[in-house]
Amino acid sequence: MNPSAELVDALLPLPSATFHILLALAHEDRHGYAIIQDVEARTGGALRLSPGTLYRSIQRMLEQGLIVETQDRPAPELDDERRRYYRIAPFGIAVARAETRRMSQLVRMARTQGLLPDKA
Amino acid sequence: MRLYRALLHLYPASFRGEYGSEMAAVFAMRRRQASGLLAVLALWVSVPFDVLGNAIATHWDVLVQDLRYTQRTLSRAPGFAITALLVTALGVGANTAAFSIADFVLIRPLPFAEPERLVKIWSSPPQGRWEVSPPNYRDWKAMSHSFEAMGSYHSIEVNLVGDGDPRRLQGSKVTADLLPMLGVRPVLGRLFTAAEERDGAAGSVLLSYGLWNAAFGGDTGVLGRRVLLDGTPRVVIGVMPKDFHFPNREVELWTPIPMPEQLDPERDNNELEVLAKLKRGVTMQQAQADMSVVAALLERQYPQENEKIGAAVLGLRDELSKQSRLLLFGLCGAAICVLLITCTNLANLLLARALVRRRELVVRSALGAGRDRLVRQLVTESLVLAVLGGAMGVVVAIVAVPLLSRLVPNALPVAQSPAVDLRVLLFAGLLTALTGIAFGTLPALRASGGAGFDALRDGERAGGGQRGRLRSALVIAEVMGCVVLLISSGLLMRALWRIQATDPGFRPENVITLRTALPTPKYDGTALRERFFSEVLAGVRALPGVSSAAYISFLPMAMGGGIWPVVMPGENQARARAKGHLASLRFATPGFFAAMGIPLRRGREIGETDTINQPFVAVVSESLARQYFPHEDPIGKRFQFALSDRTIVGVVGDVRVRGPERTSEPQVYLPYKQVKDGQFGNYVPKDLVIRSSTPPAALLPAIRRIVSKADRQQPVSNVRTMNDIVSEQTASRAVQVRVLGGFAAIAFLLAAVGIHGLLSFTVSQRRHEIGVRMALGAKSTDVVGMVMRQGVWLAAVGVIPGVAIAYAAGKGMESLLAGVKPGDAPTFAAAAVLCVLMTLLGSLLPVLRAVRVAPATVFRAE
Repeated sequence: MNPSAELVDALLPLPSATFHILLALAHEDRHGYAIIQDVEARTGGALRLSPGTLYRSIQRMLEQGLIVETQDRPAPELDDERRRYYRIAPFGIAVARAETRRMSQLVRMARTQGLLPDKA
Repeated sequence: MRLYRALLHLYPASFRGEYGSEMAAVFAMRRRQASGLLAVLALWVSVPFDVLGNAIATHWDVLVQDLRYTQRTLSRAPGFAITALLVTALGVGANTAAFSIADFVLIRPLPFAEPERLVKIWSSPPQGRWEVSPPNYRDWKAMSHSFEAMGSYHSIEVNLVGDGDPRRLQGSKVTADLLPMLGVRPVLGRLFTAAEERDGAAGSVLLSYGLWNAAFGGDTGVLGRRVLLDGTPRVVIGVMPKDFHFPNREVELWTPIPMPEQLDPERDNNELEVLAKLKRGVTMQQAQADMSVVAALLERQYPQENEKIGAAVLGLRDELSKQSRLLLFGLCGAAICVLLITCTNLANLLLARALVRRRELVVRSALGAGRDRLVRQLVTESLVLAVLGGAMGVVVAIVAVPLLSRLVPNALPVAQSPAVDLRVLLFAGLLTALTGIAFGTLPALRASGGAGFDALRDGERAGGGQRGRLRSALVIAEVMGCVVLLISSGLLMRALWRIQATDPGFRPENVITLRTALPTPKYDGTALRERFFSEVLAGVRALPGVSSAAYISFLPMAMGGGIWPVVMPGENQARARAKGHLASLRFATPGFFAAMGIPLRRGREIGETDTINQPFVAVVSESLARQYFPHEDPIGKRFQFALSDRTIVGVVGDVRVRGPERTSEPQVYLPYKQVKDGQFGNYVPKDLVIRSSTPPAALLPAIRRIVSKADRQQPVSNVRTMNDIVSEQTASRAVQVRVLGGFAAIAFLLAAVGIHGLLSFTVSQRRHEIGVRMALGAKSTDVVGMVMRQGVWLAAVGVIPGVAIAYAAGKGMESLLAGVKPGDAPTFAAAAVLCVLMTLLGSLLPVLRAVRVAPATVFRAE
């Protein structure tokens, strides 16, 4: 599947919560609370998603086709019936890549203007 | 935890159902992780913000989604969307306009302090009611116990000479206690004092806000300025507030009534209107009883003048004529009718649409859309229609209110045009919104109910039954409302035609009128007036296109009063008055009958030679000649009239002095020269009547020049064509008929649309059956009969109660019908024909569609 550039661009720039959720799901299916924990760990505690923000983002991302709900469940002893697991969709990967490109372009531009020290 | 779950209810139900338990689980997890009191506290502090912020955002998301969906569905069905919007706009707009006016005129308290305590008191002879003479007024005031205050007033017309051009103005003479009783304060200066009332010579004047701006440019230095009112100098002592109109909105200035200690003892001189304020706690009945006692005492004391004269206490708003009231009630009734038809039509439209969308809803429900989500989406859709329709309704109302303001009677002390009433608008909007929601969501509830899948299975054939009956009932209600409106507006239209067809007794075409009211005491002398009249008339008659011109005391219809007793030889004035031997008195210059187009039947008209030194003569109308001199030649007969013996020299056609709807007294015309100095001041000719083929606008500047040349200080006012004056008589009726006719036309269309919709639905439901029948050999006439039967049934069931209600409505407004019977056969016949037409119109397309059903297609489609 090759999502059209137009569809991708229409979603940029991404809200930061959305981007972080995509990052959290990049390599692993996760349930909601695991996403919160992952984001928190990766940002060193700086970003702590509230349940409201999380699930509102999830609902919207499901509608936009960035993620899907997966029926693959972990081993029963680790599972909680109430939990739902989310997986990044190919479209989600494309959007996350595009957002990363957009941001790195911004960083490059900032660097040429001397707003950032050159990489060592 | 329970608290958190409760807070989750702020989210949309669909969202909560999907994620609620997970969110609760996540929250529980975080609470477990929070170590220490401070962390738990911090968590709880953040909760309300998180929930509230995200709940609003989620609601917004859903709304945007629904709105987008609505936009898509509506743009896919533009016919439905436009019809629904127009229907709503008309219903809401018509009602808002009609009730704004009615509320303004009938219900809203008058803009005075404690208006419920204000009453008017009239002299009440055995018939009708009269104004009060100054000595009677003074006695009333002294002898009654029910009133906190009592004041009196009467109308005046004066020429004002200040800066600029002289102006002709309507004013009111008031006693000093009148204005304070109304709770009004001047915006500038002061009100009248008791001393000014006692001393007639003190010349002071209060200006209306409008006059202050128009004539003095709103200059605050106007206080203390001297102006000339009818040649008498007066000092401006104050300016009244902008929205103060009393006794009506034509009045632009107020002067004190001179009420010296020694009054003219004449008790026949009924010139004052009396306003009083009830004491707190005193009822109208008590006040009436009190005044009846006072009147009885006065009758005993002055048996000559006060014979059979009572006193009548009436609420201030009861002044409103019964006709004005009925006009407004009729308007409101019609508006309610339209609103009901609007709502039924909207309901019908939505139900019909629901059937079309049945599959869509069932499919969506099958794909997992929750019931609440579907309902919410449909509510959004209905609300969008209601809000848009309501907004268009506001526009309709804003446009309509000024058109309807003709129905606001001149006699009320309120402004001309009310503002659009927001409460009414809200109510009408709410009603349509509720209708929309109720009938818009019904299908969603059904679709998501258990039986939903039947619809998918059965295809088009399912879903008649109950909803079909509901729709039939709605269509029947529409037909009923339509019949009521058609017949009522038909009756009123017939009444209007009948009135307009009434011969006024003169030819109003090509007649221009204007007023040059000569002020007293300057023009007390008859000779001085004669000079003014002959100079002006000579000038005007010489203008191009003018065929005749003359002066008269009052124009017919514009002024209905001016009545005098007709005393035949051997009678006296009191007996004549008691017998109702009255005629309208007019002084005229030669040429009046030609200018007005009143036919001369016998004898001669008034001549320049009928001077004060010649025998006094009179020209009378045919009805007077018939009444007093039946079977005789009236020429040369004598009678006593207007304080002198007069000889009849001519007979002219009768004129409807009191307008086309009222009976007029016979008319007597007297030569303008045969009046003694200072007599009949009110009756001095002041209205100039010009018959001319030149349009008024072209003539007017020349006329103004001529008047100004005759007297530089003399204003020209009341420039109107006689046609305007005649059509003014039926103006409020004409507006009402137009409005009601418009309502009826809307109702007619809506009912036809209703019949059409229902029959189309039936035909599409019964396609299969029709196909089978035709395959089995039914002729197309049978099919037509089948469809038409339903249409005729709907119409007939609606028409019967409609006719009954219309008859009742007609009875209720019989006094408005000018002799047209409430069961007027032509009107009912016309309504019946229209109903047949409406049924045919509504059935036409469905019938065609049914006839075109080809059996083969039907079966293939299955």
